[in-house]
Amino acid sequence: MAIAVAEKFASEKYAIQLAARNVQRLLPFQSDLAIRFGCKVSLHEFNAVDFASHQAFFDQLYVKPDVTVCVFGYLGDNEQALTDWSKAETIINTNYTGAVSILNIVAAHYAAQGSGVIAGISSVAGQRGRQSNFLYGSAKAGLTAYLSGLRNYLFHKGVHVATIQPGFVYTKMTENLKLPPLLTARPVEVGDAVYAAVVKKKNVVYVKWFWRYIMLIITCIPEFMFKKMKL
Amino acid sequence: MKQSIANWGNYPKVESEVKSFSFNEQLGELFRSTDHFIPRGNGRCYGDASLAGKTISTLQYSRILSFDTEAGIFECQSGLTLDKILEVIVPKGWFLPVTPGTKFITVGGAVGSDVHGKNHHVDGSFSNHIIEMDVMVADGRMLTCSPTENTDLFEATCGGMGLTGMITRVKFRLKKIETSYIRQKQLKASNLEELIRFFEEYKDYTYSMAWIDCLTRGKHFGRGILIIGEHARLDELNDKQRKHPLVYAGKPKITFPFNLPSWILNTLTVKIFNFLYYGKNLKKEINNVVPYEPFFYPLDAILHWNRGYGKKGFVQYQFVLPLESRQGLINILKRISDEGLGSFLAVLKVFGRQESLISFPEEGYTLALDFPVRKGLFSFLDELDQIVLQYGGRLYMSKDARMKPEVLVKGYPHLEKFRSIVKKYNPSDKLSSVQSDRLLLTGN
Repeated sequence: MAIAVAEKFASEKYAIQLAARNVQRLLPFQSDLAIRFGCKVSLHEFNAVDFASHQAFFDQLYVKPDVTVCVFGYLGDNEQALTDWSKAETIINTNYTGAVSILNIVAAHYAAQGSGVIAGISSVAGQRGRQSNFLYGSAKAGLTAYLSGLRNYLFHKGVHVATIQPGFVYTKMTENLKLPPLLTARPVEVGDAVYAAVVKKKNVVYVKWFWRYIMLIITCIPEFMFKKMKL
Repeated sequence: MKQSIANWGNYPKVESEVKSFSFNEQLGELFRSTDHFIPRGNGRCYGDASLAGKTISTLQYSRILSFDTEAGIFECQSGLTLDKILEVIVPKGWFLPVTPGTKFITVGGAVGSDVHGKNHHVDGSFSNHIIEMDVMVADGRMLTCSPTENTDLFEATCGGMGLTGMITRVKFRLKKIETSYIRQKQLKASNLEELIRFFEEYKDYTYSMAWIDCLTRGKHFGRGILIIGEHARLDELNDKQRKHPLVYAGKPKITFPFNLPSWILNTLTVKIFNFLYYGKNLKKEINNVVPYEPFFYPLDAILHWNRGYGKKGFVQYQFVLPLESRQGLINILKRISDEGLGSFLAVLKVFGRQESLISFPEEGYTLALDFPVRKGLFSFLDELDQIVLQYGGRLYMSKDARMKPEVLVKGYPHLEKFRSIVKKYNPSDKLSSVQSDRLLLTGN
């Protein structure tokens, strides 16, 4: 998904800074983007759950990005995470705490310069906790609320914040799930949606429009019914 | 999660667990945890190669690693498709050294099938242009091989149908072009004799192939159209073309929306098609300058054209016969015409000399025919196999879904050596496909 976003921005002639845990792994992506789109691509080591390193990571960026897209996330195993705190912690830290930690730093920089765009990839799973993935969902719920508040806060400082709700996407994370093709987006559609949200300053973007209404219905189900459902 | 997959012929269909990877270490992990799988690219071979109960898809592993625009050397991961390569290289004045009739194949597939193009008699097959490549072999080691390094692995991987290991990285030479246009000549031949004479007369052309009508009998038996071409030079373009001499052709716009009922293809409709196709060229000879896209990839303009053969699918039958076995070609065409099994796409080409272990091309005539799957087809093809063997020819594994193991044995003189190299790098048939099991190359 992150690569699809990078490809979209590269095709629109942006220079790209890719940040990930293992920079070595990204070398093929760096050459690919540079050759196909003729853009500058740099790689930066970044670990979402190593909060203490985030300030140094951002300070070390020689050029600060005009647009920051936060794509990392981790589904995890809900069942295991219920009894194994370290697993639950990884889910929460990757999806929520890590994002807040780095985006706080980016937000402070953008607020000070009075410009910039932040796009965060959240999840429709964050709109209502379901028995199958509510640890992931609750962390994403936190992220959605954080992005919404950050948007409100930064609006007055000339900075735009977009929340992306992808719905189902064909990725490594969902490779073993049977997904309904009509409801499932390809990563390239996520890239397009993020780009559109950034340039058109959209607030909350659903990659496939009908997910907005699906979630509207799901959030309207009364709790006494919802708790009996198997979702 | 199992899904039903098939190759381009839509025959056979197989339930397969499809796994993918984006990084080398993920592939290593898949190799450790998976048994009896076959690497799979874009599924554009026709038959049952690249089908298995478990498949590892390269489609998520498709990055360009380097492109030397001065020397024309290109390096990429194996899941990259040729259309994506053309998108990058054509505007820089380079072209694929060898390309088959579709650009929707992966580089890994191009090597595994050792594909050929209309220029085989001049440039050989794809493997002739490889500088080096990486192959992950069954025990998980990543080996670099080339015509000078790990040569046995290199030889058995080119055309080896994925049995030696997973091709991950390929570095190969490109061909320099001045424009993205082709100077094309089309010649109508009123029978097979004339068609073959044309092939000989125009053998100095880089690209040549002929469409052949296999249903007409009598004095027009084997009539067809020879299409030959050269990369156009800048001074051969018209003013409009010269404004953008290195333009990458756009994306296809037409999609075949559903499977046609299979009865639509019958002797009558094929005869009508042949009549129209042959008749559309009013003049004996046509010369023009055309974009490379319709010249190399006429069928790519219609996505999913394979649906035209109906739900049951079709098989493509491609064989090669030595140059001196022209009579074999005539006999086979006669048998097809007698049987009334016309094929929309009957493509005749000439191969040049090629020394290789297991690749399909060898010097001679190669004919490719499409037959919709129907009752009696396979026994008829078994009969054709015998004629092919009798005249010293062989069949193309990338097209095959049905030949008997002994047909492979008789057609490929170096098969035993190939087997022994496969055994060395893939000792317990970790990599195996429906095809390799059927042909007894692996034993599952």
